[in-house]
Amino acid sequence: MSIQEFLIPLLAASVIAGTPILYAALGELITERAGIINLGVEGIMLIGAVSGFMMAVTTGSPWLGLLASMLAGGAVALIHAFLTITLRANQVVSGLALTIFGTGLSGYLGKAYIGIPVEKPFGIIPLGPLADIPYIGPIFFQHDALVYISYVLVVIIWYFMFHTRPGLNLRALGENPAAMDALGLNVFYLRYIYVMAGGALGGIGGAYLSLAYAPSWLENMTAGRGWIAVALVIFALWNPWRALMGAYLFGGIDALGFRLQVLGYQISPFFLQMLPYLFTVIILVFVVARQKGRLTAPGALGLSYDREER
Amino acid sequence: MNLKRRSAILVALLVSLLLVISGCGAKTPATSTPAPADATKEKLKVAFVYVGPVGDAGWSFAHDQGRKYLVEKLPQVETTIMESVPEGADSERVITQLAEKGNKIIFTTSFGYMDPTINVAKKYPDVTFMHNSGYKTAENVGTYFGRIYQARYLTGIAAGKTTKSNTIGYVAAMPIPEVIRGINAFTQGVRSVNPAAKVQVVWTNTWYDPAKEKDAAKSLLTAGADVIAQHQDTPGPMQAAEEAGKYGIGYNMDMSKMAPKAVLTSAVWNWGPYYVQTVESVINKTWKNDQYWGPMSDGIVDIAPFGPMVTDETKKLVADAKDKIVSKKWDVFTGPIKDQTGAVKVPEGQVMADKDMLSMDWFVEGVDGTIPK
Repeated sequence: MSIQEFLIPLLAASVIAGTPILYAALGELITERAGIINLGVEGIMLIGAVSGFMMAVTTGSPWLGLLASMLAGGAVALIHAFLTITLRANQVVSGLALTIFGTGLSGYLGKAYIGIPVEKPFGIIPLGPLADIPYIGPIFFQHDALVYISYVLVVIIWYFMFHTRPGLNLRALGENPAAMDALGLNVFYLRYIYVMAGGALGGIGGAYLSLAYAPSWLENMTAGRGWIAVALVIFALWNPWRALMGAYLFGGIDALGFRLQVLGYQISPFFLQMLPYLFTVIILVFVVARQKGRLTAPGALGLSYDREER
Repeated sequence: MNLKRRSAILVALLVSLLLVISGCGAKTPATSTPAPADATKEKLKVAFVYVGPVGDAGWSFAHDQGRKYLVEKLPQVETTIMESVPEGADSERVITQLAEKGNKIIFTTSFGYMDPTINVAKKYPDVTFMHNSGYKTAENVGTYFGRIYQARYLTGIAAGKTTKSNTIGYVAAMPIPEVIRGINAFTQGVRSVNPAAKVQVVWTNTWYDPAKEKDAAKSLLTAGADVIAQHQDTPGPMQAAEEAGKYGIGYNMDMSKMAPKAVLTSAVWNWGPYYVQTVESVINKTWKNDQYWGPMSDGIVDIAPFGPMVTDETKKLVADAKDKIVSKKWDVFTGPIKDQTGAVKVPEGQVMADKDMLSMDWFVEGVDGTIPK
């Protein structure tokens, strides 16, 4: 087996495996940039996966399924927004409760949909001439539509965050909500919007699993990817481009492990499963050391905003 | 009371409400609809404890299919199920509760329920307990399991006849004797009809992750495998075979619905007849606290119907082998059997003892892969 025969399928598999994590991580990234930490990603992904699947089976359209997963993910995130923004509850506790809630509810909703195939999942669409570029084509442009949308989404979120005024406001929202309030912007309203947008993206992450990656509904099918997404946001230091690279790196770890096994190299699977978290810790240590103890996390992350305590 | 206090209480209430709702979703004690026929007679209460959700489309699902069969065959039985019960101390509480509620027979369907089952059984001598896949018995506790390796051998024949590249991929969960025994039996089946073929193994280190299992299967397909077998609880590997236009061998239940063009057949559990038989033996007072490792002749393990791509010649070969196994003239691990290094493990004419099968930690000749230590 030549290097190309090994690398190209490996990298292509990394892109696919990274896509559900990327969607969920982009959602969490926006949420955290607005100053709210949401540990309910795993639950939101499951709700997204099951509602997207149910809609796609019922209507026969994966796109309506996608829409349903976004609405459902956004709706679950709304609970988190209400608890943490309006009621100023502890964000960690509310997020954890949301994960347990999402796991249970998705299992309950999906009972009748187990073991049935979806008529039309998201299929592979080679992207015109781009798909024929040597090396790059097979790795990036011979996938399903949701993968292509994720590329565009990264560009949009990056441009929005760093090159537009509302994007500047978003970043400020997580750094210093009181200053935003003084400027006359509605902190509560904006945070609701971003938390729900984050939930909608988490929902897509789940739907990617149930409608594109392994088209089916099985209880708990996210298998911990929501937690990987949370780690990925820290790994990416709240930057969408680094989230993209990190998602493919994290997604590629298992793909690499399987392909090395096929070639006769046995790497401990426990070691491989540890790597995403190990990388995250290393990045944290590195950044903290270089920036003399200051992490680039949004300054007001995890803190409730109370107008009376301004 | 100030606003902050009030909202804190409200939050606590909401969070606990969420937890309660989700808890209900995860563990729904469901009672089967009573059959109208024997409505006047008192029902025999039978309970099942599952480690996973019934919706896993695999292990717990197969047990629940067995429960449904039981209710259908014996209408005087009323069943209760407990899903997603964690192994260990928590299960002891659940099993106690079931015994307390008047269940006369309790099936505990995961290895980790072994000690809790024994503990509870001591306190309820009138209740019959059946523990799945363990090795401890008591006065009122029996164990049961099935020789799925016999079904895997038969599916191996179908795979061996179908492969063109002579490379068959096997997506395996954990390096434990049960899985290794399955890989070995499958490989014996493959090589009985195609000695040139090899079985390439990839470990996923998970029982349950459809996306990861699918990716593991893809890595085998890229490396040249044209049939994919699995010891995993989701149809992920079968979907990978379907997308690649290759073939697959399912597990736990008939997986042809998820990958109709790929699945040749599946090695399946069929607990129903056993559950009927066991409950009947308790009713007739003939039940004994046996350690049951059921062979294919009892119907507890089987292979699913063949896909349309399987040739008549292959079907005939499988049927012949099945006859030999079912009539008990021959079993899978009958010598000569060599390991990967070529050393003879079972000499010609000898049959491997059950205890050696239950502790198997080596691969037979023809397996391409290593067992992580």
